[in-house]
Amino acid sequence: MSGMNPKSANVGIVIVSHSPLVAEGAADMVRQMVGDCVPLAWSGGNAEGGLGTHAAGILAAIERAWSDAGVAVFVDLGGAETNSEMAIEMLGEPRSGRVTICDAPLVEGAVMAAAEASGGAALARVVATAEELSP
Amino acid sequence: MATDREYDRGGLKKVSVVSANAALIGGLIGACRDVIAANAEHLSELDRAIGDGDHGTNMRRGLEAVYAERNRLVQLPLPKALEEIGFKLVMNVGGAAGPLYGTLLIEIGRQLAGANGQIEFTRALERAIDAVARRGRASPGDKTLLDVLYPVHAEVVRRAGLAGICEEAERAASLTFGMRAMRGRAAFLGDRSIGHVDPGARSCALLTAAICRFLEEQCPA
Repeated sequence: MSGMNPKSANVGIVIVSHSPLVAEGAADMVRQMVGDCVPLAWSGGNAEGGLGTHAAGILAAIERAWSDAGVAVFVDLGGAETNSEMAIEMLGEPRSGRVTICDAPLVEGAVMAAAEASGGAALARVVATAEELSP
Repeated sequence: MATDREYDRGGLKKVSVVSANAALIGGLIGACRDVIAANAEHLSELDRAIGDGDHGTNMRRGLEAVYAERNRLVQLPLPKALEEIGFKLVMNVGGAAGPLYGTLLIEIGRQLAGANGQIEFTRALERAIDAVARRGRASPGDKTLLDVLYPVHAEVVRRAGLAGICEEAERAASLTFGMRAMRGRAAFLGDRSIGHVDPGARSCALLTAAICRFLEEQCPA
């Protein structure tokens, strides 16, 4: 659950997977392909480090990747989405309105979104770019 | 207050959201924690068949976290206590169960707290169950805890009494045996999910039964 670049004017990216390895690996790819100019964090696994997702970890990841421009969240399977929704609600208004869960493939979506975000695109544009990947 | 009248003829007659006291809240927390602790392995076993095998462990972790804070929670008004217990479950259960059970309790608490307490418990419960359905994007028949929650709500509405509610919860959970999972990881199994009781439905029935038993002991009919 490593957070990286703390502050940026660019949209932040959060990666949520049931597997810490998948989440960290996807974040590594984003970092390598897009660089340091996008706030990026991941949450993977349950509270005990096993496979799963948990709202507290996701909430912490959103905080680490926070940008006033907003945060795009990428999830793998069902529980990741449900827990992400819960984490966003717990973030509270008005910040919760600036976080979007993307309907996009985890790895490709996060890379495409980060590339778009690194150019200073608005949250809606970043999300749309990632979601174009989903048929 | 409406909630007092609501239970006049039901088994819950002496339980009111306004008169709920520390002993009641503490007792309910203890009853729920005990039943999950006693059945954690059973729940994980059900989950191993059609999920990832951690439902019992997850629920136990969540209920233990709530139990650890019971001395503070019992000092709160019931709606606030329910909301805080819900957040505890969200933060500690994980999986899909955390957000679902969490949403149920948070929403019951908020509904009871809103409208200056002028909402009947059955209405608050119904709205909270609907919120769970939205959270999980699930409907009755999808082989989830909703298949216990909605029948339990129906029994509460028709004032079945505690024994009736308890019985219906167990019956409803058993019925998920024949259902095909439409949500959660079990949905990936398709038809192979048929022939197993849903772990979420089972934990929901166990909790309902524990709550009913506790209330019965507190206020025998």
